[in-house]
Amino acid sequence: MSNKKYWQSFGEFNHSKSFSESAQHEFNEELLPIEELQKENLLESKTPRRDFLKYLGFSTAAAAIASCKTPVRHTVPFLNRPETIIPGIANYYASTFVNSGTAISVVVKQREGRPIKVEGNELSPITKGGTSAQVQASVLDLYDPTRLRHPLQKSNNDFKEVTGFEAIDKLIAGSVASLGGKPIVLLTSTINSITTLDIIAKFLSKYPGSRHVQYDAISYSGMLLANEACYGKKAIPAYLFNKAKTIVSLGADFLGTWLSPVEFTAQYAENRRIKKENPTLSKHIQFESNLSLTGSNADDRYMHKPSETGNVALALLAKLGGAVTAPALTDAKLQKGIEAAAAALNASKGEALVVCGSNDANIQIIVNAINEAIGANGTTINWAVTNNVAKGTDAEFVMLANDIDKGTVGGLLVYGVNPVYSYIDGKKLGDAIAKLPLSVSYNSTMDETAEVCKYIIPAHHWLESWGDAEPQTGNFSLIQPVINPLFKTRQFEDSLIALTGSVTASAANDSTGAAVAPVSGAQSNYADYFKAYWLGKTGGNSNWEKALQDGIISPATVSVSGAAFNGAKLAEASAKIATVKSGKYEVVLYQKVSIGNGSQANNPWLQELPDPISKVTWDNYALMCPSLAKELTGLDVLNSQRDADKYEVTPEKPVVKVTVNGKSMELPVMIIPGIEKSTVAIALGYGRQSRAEGDAVNYDRIGRAAYKSGKNAFVFTSFDGQGIHYNAVATIEKSSADAYPLAQTQVHGFTENRPVIYETSLKEYVKSPQALLAEAVHERTELIPEGYTDYVKDATIYPYFDKPGIKWGMSIDLNTCTGCSACVVACTAENNVSVVGKIQVQRAHEMHWLRIDRYFAGDKENPDVFFQPMLCQHCDNAPCENVCPVAATNHSSEGLNQMTYNRCIGTRYCANNCPYKVRRFNWLDYNGADSFPNNQEPLRGQDLDEVVFAMNDDLPRMVLNPDVTVRSRGVIEKCSFCVQRLQESKLEAKKQQDPALVRNVKVACAQACPSHSITFGNVNDPASDISKVRTDSTRTFYVMEHLHVLPNVSYLAKVRNTDRDVTFPVHGEHDGLAVHEEGNKKEETPAKH
Amino acid sequence: MGRYRKIIHNFLTSIFFLVCFFSNHQLFAQNGEALFKANCASCHKVDKDFAGPALKGWKDRVPEGNWIYDWVHNPAAMIAKDPFAKELFSKWKPTVMTAFPALKNEEIDAILKYVDDFAVPTETPGGDTVAGGAKSSDNSILYGVLSLILAIVALVLFQINRKLRDFSDKESGIERSKPIPFFRNKAYMMTLILALFATAGYFLVDFYVGLGRQKNYEPEQPIFYSHEVHAGINQISCLYCHGGAQDSRQAGIPTVNVCMNCHMAVSEYTGKLELKRADGTPVNGTDEIKKLYAYAGWNPDAKAYKPDNDGDGIPDGAKPIEWVKVHNLPDHVYFNHSQHVKVGKQQCQTCHGNIQEMPEVKQFSDLSMGWCINCHRETKVDFFNKETGEGNKFYSIYEKFHNDIKNHKMDSVTVESIGGTECQKCHY
Repeated sequence: MSNKKYWQSFGEFNHSKSFSESAQHEFNEELLPIEELQKENLLESKTPRRDFLKYLGFSTAAAAIASCKTPVRHTVPFLNRPETIIPGIANYYASTFVNSGTAISVVVKQREGRPIKVEGNELSPITKGGTSAQVQASVLDLYDPTRLRHPLQKSNNDFKEVTGFEAIDKLIAGSVASLGGKPIVLLTSTINSITTLDIIAKFLSKYPGSRHVQYDAISYSGMLLANEACYGKKAIPAYLFNKAKTIVSLGADFLGTWLSPVEFTAQYAENRRIKKENPTLSKHIQFESNLSLTGSNADDRYMHKPSETGNVALALLAKLGGAVTAPALTDAKLQKGIEAAAAALNASKGEALVVCGSNDANIQIIVNAINEAIGANGTTINWAVTNNVAKGTDAEFVMLANDIDKGTVGGLLVYGVNPVYSYIDGKKLGDAIAKLPLSVSYNSTMDETAEVCKYIIPAHHWLESWGDAEPQTGNFSLIQPVINPLFKTRQFEDSLIALTGSVTASAANDSTGAAVAPVSGAQSNYADYFKAYWLGKTGGNSNWEKALQDGIISPATVSVSGAAFNGAKLAEASAKIATVKSGKYEVVLYQKVSIGNGSQANNPWLQELPDPISKVTWDNYALMCPSLAKELTGLDVLNSQRDADKYEVTPEKPVVKVTVNGKSMELPVMIIPGIEKSTVAIALGYGRQSRAEGDAVNYDRIGRAAYKSGKNAFVFTSFDGQGIHYNAVATIEKSSADAYPLAQTQVHGFTENRPVIYETSLKEYVKSPQALLAEAVHERTELIPEGYTDYVKDATIYPYFDKPGIKWGMSIDLNTCTGCSACVVACTAENNVSVVGKIQVQRAHEMHWLRIDRYFAGDKENPDVFFQPMLCQHCDNAPCENVCPVAATNHSSEGLNQMTYNRCIGTRYCANNCPYKVRRFNWLDYNGADSFPNNQEPLRGQDLDEVVFAMNDDLPRMVLNPDVTVRSRGVIEKCSFCVQRLQESKLEAKKQQDPALVRNVKVACAQACPSHSITFGNVNDPASDISKVRTDSTRTFYVMEHLHVLPNVSYLAKVRNTDRDVTFPVHGEHDGLAVHEEGNKKEETPAKH
Repeated sequence: MGRYRKIIHNFLTSIFFLVCFFSNHQLFAQNGEALFKANCASCHKVDKDFAGPALKGWKDRVPEGNWIYDWVHNPAAMIAKDPFAKELFSKWKPTVMTAFPALKNEEIDAILKYVDDFAVPTETPGGDTVAGGAKSSDNSILYGVLSLILAIVALVLFQINRKLRDFSDKESGIERSKPIPFFRNKAYMMTLILALFATAGYFLVDFYVGLGRQKNYEPEQPIFYSHEVHAGINQISCLYCHGGAQDSRQAGIPTVNVCMNCHMAVSEYTGKLELKRADGTPVNGTDEIKKLYAYAGWNPDAKAYKPDNDGDGIPDGAKPIEWVKVHNLPDHVYFNHSQHVKVGKQQCQTCHGNIQEMPEVKQFSDLSMGWCINCHRETKVDFFNKETGEGNKFYSIYEKFHNDIKNHKMDSVTVESIGGTECQKCHY
């Protein structure tokens, strides 16, 4: 066994006693009174006669209730069945997920008229069928109970319904007429729909003096300004990570949240997918303060203070021969990193790319100069195509905020943004908006901005809308409604047309400049206008229908070209960078892959999705490294077992008070190695709260998932006259507040130092590919008895069972898996996985069938990070199956480990015996699926969060997949390999009489994966993708193969492109990891071979 | 006697072969019959007018040449241009015949041949002869009575035996202790109690296992819809109304517009069969059709749908029918009709019984798991034969079974052998 140590938590790191105990005590449960009989003397036991009678009475009553008469069920067919709907058959429609500037082409699965699942559109040249956690979760937003159900008008401190759109249009028109010449401002998110922009242009020309301001909650203003200065274009170019052999990122989380992560992940994975013949890898170096998802995937990673980003960029430029003076960097490691990065970039000129996540235009100018120096302009950066994710300029919005404050604005129309929440001083902005003569919100919920507006005309969800998006120049993605509007809502464009009068489709805003056939007649609603526009542009009915069916229109050829670089501003920029102040403590604000900028904060699936790095759900917190935590809280988690236990064993975490610019916030401490030692990182998007006080109104307006989840860190942003800053100098002190519980999932399972991951460096792998898995191979051969050869059949006393037709198998490539967690949400959506709420996650009762394990290894200050998706391994020799007393879990002839809920009696023996800890138990009735109504009620607030009740309302239940059982209390559940999809594909193959249809079935996680790391299919078929993947014997391994459980999930070992020895860590660095306390389990000595 | 038996045997055998021989000649007409039942029977009858005209005597009525083919392939186009078609439509409107562009001319010929050769059957309602469904009378009472009688006989004999022994003892002067009466005999009582316990246990378990099952469930429906009239006498194909059975997991209850396809024309019940509910109450068929009109929003006098004044897109007063669901499976069971109908090629009657003889639908099978499993154990799949190329090609991947069949280790592949009794075939 490798002596490299992988660890998930500090207790595991230290081998603390409490940790070992908690690892034994997997379920964290309280005993039922009747179970005490086993522990104590029967006569002295506390279980009284009364309890016995209670249980006896309950069972009798249950039997009596069950024997009641079978109820009469009705079945109501359509009056007139729509041609497209056959009950029981799903329809799929191409559409586009749109969230401000982000547009991702998707295919929506619809059952009996309701959308139930969103999948990536594989025809898209941008995303190539990939999705993100947010895209996967967006279908639940459609059924969000906080969505407004009709137009509203402010009345005193509350709102009253306005019946009918005509009535509210009239009210608004009257208001507009009485503005007295003051301008109307249309404030929207970044809009990249050409038809919407056209309608906006027509609206603006109808109301002279009015203007359109685009605002991004997470601003890319710095890039826009820098590109304007360097290239004369206030735009963001397209990046080609797949063309780059060397990628250097200065704090840009391009795999998680930066610009277009789904697209970049697909591109990045192309060069991270290692081939058996002639293995190559791109080289990825990350410089950052926080430990981001991208940083955790880097080959080499270096840390710096947030305020040093500019200096790092300058130093890098200087090393590459730029005409700037390199600032002095005190950290030797960082200095070495910059040298290494410069060398790597120099070595692959024309095939290198540097990206930077800063919103400081000066830093971005330096980065542009770096890209110029390494020949990225026109090779890995394509200026022929712009990326339309963000168009908002901070200065423009700040000016608007000031205008609103001064009252020089007459009317404000808000759509798709929530500045009262996401602006620096949102409260003040909100007060000012409330004083405007006219304010209209088109947001679909009563968010912080909508509740200060006079009128609200809620817009459709994108699943109810028509529309288009142009994420990149010339690449269009169409939106078509997949369900009739659930409520009395109206599309934003229609509301604008109502104010403008009818519009005529024209090509005024066609960015491609292609000729558009004129469309006759004016349209009075957006759907007609949209159709007329696209009919003209696509040139005829059949083309238009094809485009709508595909969901995308993309150019036949993609040209790559650069733009002329102008370095005039370079000196000024570097001078300004030199003036950036640093502090003893600094704060950096970041986005999580789940919550993002907070627009989807009321999505329970996203809130319960563990953050890939911290593994915390439902909250944000102050992320810091162990040494800073020691300084602030006195807990030395790395070196003191006591402290590690104090910090880790219970969910309650110490609280610190963070103060930035005079604003303070108390946040729980989350200790994660790999964060710069003076930096505290805080996630944005949390702490949504209504102006109105009280729980009831907040549940109503903000939602039961978003309200009380974390704190709003947008207040820590600042504006310097040019752009908004997402980092700041801060003072941090220990708070006297009570410890705050964080619901963290990672420490719930423990691998007991068994080898679960294999990794090596590219150098070593090229030198000797066989060495990577030598240990695993050796262990396997050791287990085969003498005179036998077959590990599968001979190394066990159990009989071997044939898989005569199909044998399902999965392979996960750890090299391309970035940990983005899209698969986790996809699994939740596909398999009706319950949301359990924060209280239950704290008790280790989360229900996710698929989790992503995060491991640290190596340098304890700046560790290597691993992600390993862990799901039921469908072992052919499964330990869970043998121990089930009622045979509720057993094996199929296709290699599936089957779980039969209606047979399960909840002994949990199987979960105890599972080496992978992937079986989840339904401790409570999370879905209201039991036969007794309201039996969750007594648990409200004590054991069950409000959000669990919210998920059981009729509306969110519409998202349930009707092909998958909703599990009730007292049963075990786990990954089924999406058996409903397997059965469906088998049925189709039998109907078509074509076995090729079961060759490469797409299970939900594989479909969602933006890097296509998951391969699934029929292992018995040599032509299947999975069979081809598994031919790479140098990297294919099974987790804990030596147990001879024969898993059907294989992994491809990780290969890092680094010079560091990642296979066997240097002993000096290993000191901190060594076993050093008595009474702890000694690490097994490695077998010498 | 043996001689006669042989003669009868030979006689029957020859008749059998003769029948087979002649029926071979009827192959074409039979094809026509199948085609007629699948495509035409839902609207046409051979000998009398129905939703469409009686087909008998078509030759004398329609123009010669290709008219009939063109009409079947595209009636709407013919109505637009052909005078005879126009006349025909004016007689039958608003019903327009469904177009059958896929029917080949030979197939139309076969149907017409069947129509021409059709002889009015004698009064034998019921159509397809169906496998299964033979009523096995319940023998358990008989066995129960028999066992009881035998038990009494045994007891009497036992008593007689004892009396005789007593007599013989008396005769030979052997003294025995006074016999204990049987109700004082512990062994007797214990046996009795155990027997009672076992019996009660059996019935109790049986009762609880059967909870929620509703074999023979025959609820009263909002409209008295007789499968006997529609599927039996009028020979309407099951799939005409329950089309989902071949595509989807649900067979589906026909929507009201499907009923109206025929009932726009058929407004009264004139059949000979007396309609009766399960309890014997007579039913007026015409009144039931009127109920349908109320649901559909159809005005039978004007022969048109009622206007849509309230703007909800459907005729005023129209509403869907709330049928009472007869066949219920628990939520944790996944059952797919198309799997059984299309892939498994099962007859509807296998599970639903002789539905074409039921006035209102009655649950035929108990739909229990044991019942499902039994069928899966016995039913053979349409396994692919590598030599002849027959069977479902999907099964070509079952290499092991192919080898086993070749080596005579296995003679046929049942649903069970391909995983048909595994839990996640139906539970997920």
